[in-house]
Amino acid sequence: MSQIIGNINILIEAPVFNLSLLLDGLMIGAVFALSAYGLALVWGVMNVKNLAQGDFVIMGGYTAWVLAQNGIHPLFGVPVAFVLLWGIGWVIYVTVIRRVIDQDLFTSLLATFGLAIMFQQILNLFFGSDTQTADAGFPSIFLFDGQVSVPQVKLIAFVLAALLATAVILFMKRSRMGQAIRATAQDPRAARVLGINTDKVYAFTFSLNAAICGAAGALVAMIWVIQPFYGITYSIRAFVVVTAAGFGNLPGVIAAGLGMGVIEQFGGFILGATFQQALVVGLLLLVLIIRQIQQARVRQVVQ
Amino acid sequence: MNHSHRLTIAAVAMAAVAWAPGAAMAAKNCETLVLGSAISLTGKYSTNGEHAKNGYEFAIKKINEAGGVKVGNKCYFLKVKYYDDESTPARGAQLAERLINQDKVQFMLGPYSSGLTKAIAPVTEKYRVPMVEAEGASRSLFNKGYRYLFAVLSTSEQYLASAITLAADVAKKNGKKPSDVRIAIAVENDPFSLDIRAGVLEDAAKYGMKVVVDDKLPRDLSDMTATLTKVKALKPDVLIVSGHSKGAATVTRQVGELKINVPMIAITHCEAADITGKFGKTAEGFLCSTQWAETLSYKDPLFGSASNYEKEFKAAFPQYKNKTVPYQTAQASAAVYVFKDAFERAGSFDREKVRDALAATDLMTFYGRIKFSKAGNNIAKPMVLRQVQNGKYVVVAPPEYASHKLVWPRKAM
Repeated sequence: MSQIIGNINILIEAPVFNLSLLLDGLMIGAVFALSAYGLALVWGVMNVKNLAQGDFVIMGGYTAWVLAQNGIHPLFGVPVAFVLLWGIGWVIYVTVIRRVIDQDLFTSLLATFGLAIMFQQILNLFFGSDTQTADAGFPSIFLFDGQVSVPQVKLIAFVLAALLATAVILFMKRSRMGQAIRATAQDPRAARVLGINTDKVYAFTFSLNAAICGAAGALVAMIWVIQPFYGITYSIRAFVVVTAAGFGNLPGVIAAGLGMGVIEQFGGFILGATFQQALVVGLLLLVLIIRQIQQARVRQVVQ
Repeated sequence: MNHSHRLTIAAVAMAAVAWAPGAAMAAKNCETLVLGSAISLTGKYSTNGEHAKNGYEFAIKKINEAGGVKVGNKCYFLKVKYYDDESTPARGAQLAERLINQDKVQFMLGPYSSGLTKAIAPVTEKYRVPMVEAEGASRSLFNKGYRYLFAVLSTSEQYLASAITLAADVAKKNGKKPSDVRIAIAVENDPFSLDIRAGVLEDAAKYGMKVVVDDKLPRDLSDMTATLTKVKALKPDVLIVSGHSKGAATVTRQVGELKINVPMIAITHCEAADITGKFGKTAEGFLCSTQWAETLSYKDPLFGSASNYEKEFKAAFPQYKNKTVPYQTAQASAAVYVFKDAFERAGSFDREKVRDALAATDLMTFYGRIKFSKAGNNIAKPMVLRQVQNGKYVVVAPPEYASHKLVWPRKAM
């Protein structure tokens, strides 16, 4: 308890650390937001809860790592992973996901859970179980006499994440395919009646999701570490973010991702790292309870 | 592809080497004694499982080349029956049953990791099968009253406690009191790392040092910025971090990114995370705890000196040519050596007699001295601290075996 009070005192006496935590939180949150964004798409459009989300991220990470091993700068891993994971996503859609879309909730959960296990073991076979990291070799930018440090690689990740998110949002709003995706999400039967090839829309959505995750993964490999079995972390965070924001609300997902990053940083600082994630999950619970109460009220009105 | 190709060549070469003296010995009618081991060849521990297996195999090769184990007037060649436990405890326990009941194995070598050892020890205990293990360091293994479990390695609470002693020495040398030393601890929230924390806290309390940061990192967390920002604000004298390879890689990278300026940083799993190879200059000055280093001045008649062990092991397993031989391998070899010694002293393969001989072990090896407490853990070997100096790991503590002087304070790069 005295440590917690001491930590709060640090933040009051040296406000510069608030800035440091805020920046870190935003930069970290941007990466979470990306994988959550893909999940929101797949969940919203196809009603598939993809448990292999994090494993797509890790595959993207290994793409950047392999490039770095071969002397290519891991930043190129972002576009390469995007393209590669697009292909993998498409194959997975055609072979597995297409068959479970119309099934109930548990079939898609089980199928994607199985996929997650398979991906982990395949990565383990190919790359071994060592933790790996792709070093971009960028120094940090130091502000306020070195008290606030902004690692350039995180900054780049933040910018890339923002660009990617903007591109996807614009694509959904403006392009023909984006409109088709939104139409399918609203009512697949009506979309089919109006001549939209929903199978194609689903394939596109799932591939896009895998590709976004892949790009996020390449960033993860440069910022943190990857290992074949670390995917679950990103799956869980994606679920937390999407559940909190609601999947119909793409800008909301991004805001929730950023917010989660910031809360994690402040929580970790004040309460200790032990509660860094507990705090996030606790907040999710709170959001769900509030939602439940609101919905109950709506239902009463309808009755 | 390339990797497995090299492995095949290594296997062929090994078979050839093992064959030549084997043929000569066959005339003397050496019988074969089969030991059993469930080890992680797939799954998350597969890298270290492989290291341990290679350590077992190398020791067996050396023992068989030297004429095998001599019990009574007969000689015996050792052989190990392995099963892959897939890095899962439940599977490990199952396989231990299978080794004992179906394969009729009388003696067991340990699996990789404390978790797997914890799962297998009750089984070997139930069937009264002596097990010498080399890869399970958790101290919870040695407070259950197991009679048939022996471990050659130092237990986990010793891993970084030596860093506290070192910090106290440095403080004294600089005319400060050890009780002025302030410590920041960040460990992963798992039994192994928590043992390390307990050892550090115990020793810190002994010196009256103050712990200013005491963070337990959740397993899923791959980011330490919040903790390190706190370290930056509080400026402790020592930073202790343990969180397997992930923790080592994360702390090294982020200490560099955030320019954390702590005069002493002590962590575990440096080699596994390859912090010198991956982060170069940032790793400079880090203290790394290890069970064993090839530059230590230990030796024994079978393997020779520690450096000789390294040389011969690399010759037998060329895939390690450009790496340091991991201590996981050395301690696995030491475990087989302990069995050989115990068999010969027992003069029989009676399990109870071998158990008593194991309990009475007092053996100097290339890996350090081995002497078991009543609980079965090795109490004769200290943990070693190495420091990264000019990109190389050099031993700086304990002082009596050290080859280099500690560089203090560490400079932030």
